[in-house]
Amino acid sequence: MYLGKVVGRVWATVKNANLDGHRLLIVQPLTPELKPTGRRIVVADCTGAGAGELVYWCRGRESTFPFLPDEVPADSTIVGIVDELTVKRTKEAG
Amino acid sequence: MILARVVGTVVATRKDSRLEGKKLLVLKPISPEGRDEAGYVVAVDTVSAGFRETVIVVSGSSARMAEGCKDKPVDTAIVGIVDTISLD
Amino acid sequence: MLIARVIGEVVATRKHASHEGRKILMVQPLNLDGTDRGDAVVALDSVDAGVGDRVLLVTEGFSAMTSVGRPQSPIDMAVIGVIDRVDLLPEATQTHTP
Repeated sequence: MYLGKVVGRVWATVKNANLDGHRLLIVQPLTPELKPTGRRIVVADCTGAGAGELVYWCRGRESTFPFLPDEVPADSTIVGIVDELTVKRTKEAG
Repeated sequence: MILARVVGTVVATRKDSRLEGKKLLVLKPISPEGRDEAGYVVAVDTVSAGFRETVIVVSGSSARMAEGCKDKPVDTAIVGIVDTISLD
Repeated sequence: MLIARVIGEVVATRKHASHEGRKILMVQPLNLDGTDRGDAVVALDSVDAGVGDRVLLVTEGFSAMTSVGRPQSPIDMAVIGVIDRVDLLPEATQTHTP
């Protein structure tokens, strides 16, 4: 999974029927230091996340599992809203 | 499947119980000409490969088709030791 | 599987039910020379790993889900081992060999 921040929402009237009723959000992937990294992507959501929230999201086929038995054609889905993040990086060789 | 070379071993005592007894090797992907490519991967060895040997590696869910890997948390497995490669 | 270092923990109250009761770790994948390999990722823990531990990270769904005992769940990465030792050939950290 990856860290990210909800930065937008997509509205689409015409879409795959299995996407009906699902919110599509735009997420900016973040580093643990909360710096933007990589391109913003469109994701599905199973948590009710809202604008500006820090979230973590998963990729791939696993993204469809929260919606079973519906087969939602999602390739990335927000699976958790982050309350607290602690990061301790130490510089040492592998 | 990719070609890779065995460059190391990993020892982990505390691990998923389904990995008990499995040898974990560090592999570097190589080109068919034998040149090292970028990156590395840790794989489960199913063919008793040794250091510096060239091996065949499967990744993803197919890795669990390898000998002894069924229903185990294995995403990369060594399934063959390469004798020779011939290129046209 | 990749070698990675646990660099932090994530606390989340609102999350998919399959993530309940498991530590959520911030994990930095490593290169063989110990440098960072891309960005850090979020992984569920199956071996009680802690910050600073060097670990084995699976990056494929089935392996990740079953290691934490939650099949058919939105889990694409998990920590499945704590590494005691890595032995490498001297040339392993070079990009090209002759």
